[in-house]
Amino acid sequence: MFGFLLRRAGLVIPTFLGITLLVFSLIHMIPGDAVEAMSGERGMDAARYARLLHQFGLDRPLYVQYFDYLWHVLRGDLGRSLTTQEPVFHEFLTLFPATIELSVCAMMVALGIGLPAGMLAALKRNTVLDYSVMGVSLTGYSMPVFWWALLLIMLFSVTLGWTPVSGRIDIVFDLPPVTGFMLIDSLLSGEPGAFKSALSHLVLPAIALGTIPLAVVARMTRSAMLEVLREDYVRTARAKGLSRWRVIGVHALRNALIPVITVIGLQVGTLLAGAILTETIFSWPGIGKWLVEAIRRRDYPVVQGGILLSATIIIVVNLVVDVLYGVINPRIRHST
Amino acid sequence: MSTVPNPAPPPVAVAAMAQVPPHPVRELWNYFSQNRGAVIGLVTVVALIVMALLANLIAPYSPIEQYRDATLVPPMWQAGGSAKFILGTDPVGRDILSRLIHGTRLSLVIGLVSVTLSLTIGVMLGLVAGYFRGIVEVALMRLMDIMLALPSLLLAVAVVAILGPGLMNAMYAIAIVMLPHYARQTRAAVIGEMQKDYVNASRIAGAGTLRLMFNCILPNCAAPLIVQATLGFSSAILDAAALGFLGLGAQPPTPEWGSMLASALEFIQSAWWVVTFPGLAILISVLAFNLMGDGLRDALDPKLKR
Repeated sequence: MFGFLLRRAGLVIPTFLGITLLVFSLIHMIPGDAVEAMSGERGMDAARYARLLHQFGLDRPLYVQYFDYLWHVLRGDLGRSLTTQEPVFHEFLTLFPATIELSVCAMMVALGIGLPAGMLAALKRNTVLDYSVMGVSLTGYSMPVFWWALLLIMLFSVTLGWTPVSGRIDIVFDLPPVTGFMLIDSLLSGEPGAFKSALSHLVLPAIALGTIPLAVVARMTRSAMLEVLREDYVRTARAKGLSRWRVIGVHALRNALIPVITVIGLQVGTLLAGAILTETIFSWPGIGKWLVEAIRRRDYPVVQGGILLSATIIIVVNLVVDVLYGVINPRIRHST
Repeated sequence: MSTVPNPAPPPVAVAAMAQVPPHPVRELWNYFSQNRGAVIGLVTVVALIVMALLANLIAPYSPIEQYRDATLVPPMWQAGGSAKFILGTDPVGRDILSRLIHGTRLSLVIGLVSVTLSLTIGVMLGLVAGYFRGIVEVALMRLMDIMLALPSLLLAVAVVAILGPGLMNAMYAIAIVMLPHYARQTRAAVIGEMQKDYVNASRIAGAGTLRLMFNCILPNCAAPLIVQATLGFSSAILDAAALGFLGLGAQPPTPEWGSMLASALEFIQSAWWVVTFPGLAILISVLAFNLMGDGLRDALDPKLKR
């Protein structure tokens, strides 16, 4: 087991280094001048240019610059935002809980609906129910997330007036950030109505972001379930006289969940990418919105840091999923 | 897609001539046409192509002409709408239907350019990696893994951050994003084919490296690549629309579906048609390519053949 862990972790290091290299080269690949890009100033005089060139360390050989960058990154120093002058890593840490909260709730929507829907479709194979679940899920998979979010706002916020359009909580609540997770913070604050307000702000973005994972989970659960239901051990369990629900719930579902867990891990990337769109539409103060705004403002340290950190999270999550998969399924652990 | 011919013999006829194996293309069509969703997808795609080709003839107005006296006119069936503008007009008085029709052309071109670009480079890289193996393979595939570690939209956004916003750059970004998929798929298929006897036979018969790579191996790896390329169209359209929506893709007044939605949030209370139709166009075309791709995969996958 330890060897397996080590091998998997060993694969992560070159990938991480590759991404730092990619992000490092970003500043040298942009058209125009790196000093102007980093400082956000245009048409400066030669003296100031030379001073900034030196200050950013851009007058050194490229490999020195890269190792210097890497050294800073490894210590958690990703530079400062050009607009706010705040350390990028600090900004990221402040905003990240909002994205986690949104993503976790989106995943809960996806699993809460996708798993039972996929199971039902498999059990009622080739019925109207099966076809509708698969049809809806294919539509969800093809859905432009940003448009879906607009439609949800149009129906639930504008026409029905059930939910607010943007933000994380009503402005009348001024809650001290304890955990950074609004649902928890609003409960801790003890203010009446705060939790309800936070929840109502969260519902639509979570549905919008959860739609694509929902479609994927439903399809995956259905096909995994169909495969498992054909297995000998399921037939044996039935022959033993176990009740239908015991066979499905205990024997079939547990084995069908293995591929589904992998898919859930892969969806973390989808969630982070979807967060870029969802957060922009719902003015959700997370890292997706932060990144898009940084690109629009040409705030390159933030763009670099944001991409590096998002990619790192995805690599780490994939590693965790791989390891979990090895824990569930010993064949994988021993084969590689 | 040129691989699919139109006339299909009834299944009975196929059974009758069972001794003679049907032509591969005809066989493919037989499997493909049994899948109702796939046929619907194909018909929609053909309709989209026709619409794109004849956009100048079909569209009632120019996509960028502004009718200042007719801003935010609702669709014709709603009170206040007129038959002049069937799907209504946008905030500056442009005909939405005409913009959607011209947008079809743009979306298909985006799909075509980015898929072709990405497929060509990806197949080359995959062929080289799968054929030569060794250090070349390790280096190339590691690079592809790094690119795959970033979610597609994030990588596309990063590329646009480097190249600057714009339609052309969005296409490059999407091509780069899709590259690892084609490279990995080609490599896997090439490695599988390399072990087969016919490759050895050609090698012994004196075929050179390039001939082996392009004439022997590549055609036999085509099936999964065709499927991937079809599905690539849908993700290209989707990503281009997302970039356009974020203001990082096509710039106004280009009638690109995603950028038509960029300012739609303002009109969500007053003009539903501005919000609804462009997204519907994206959904329909993405769905059509996905249905067609799924159908092709089922038809090309020997494991699923009955």
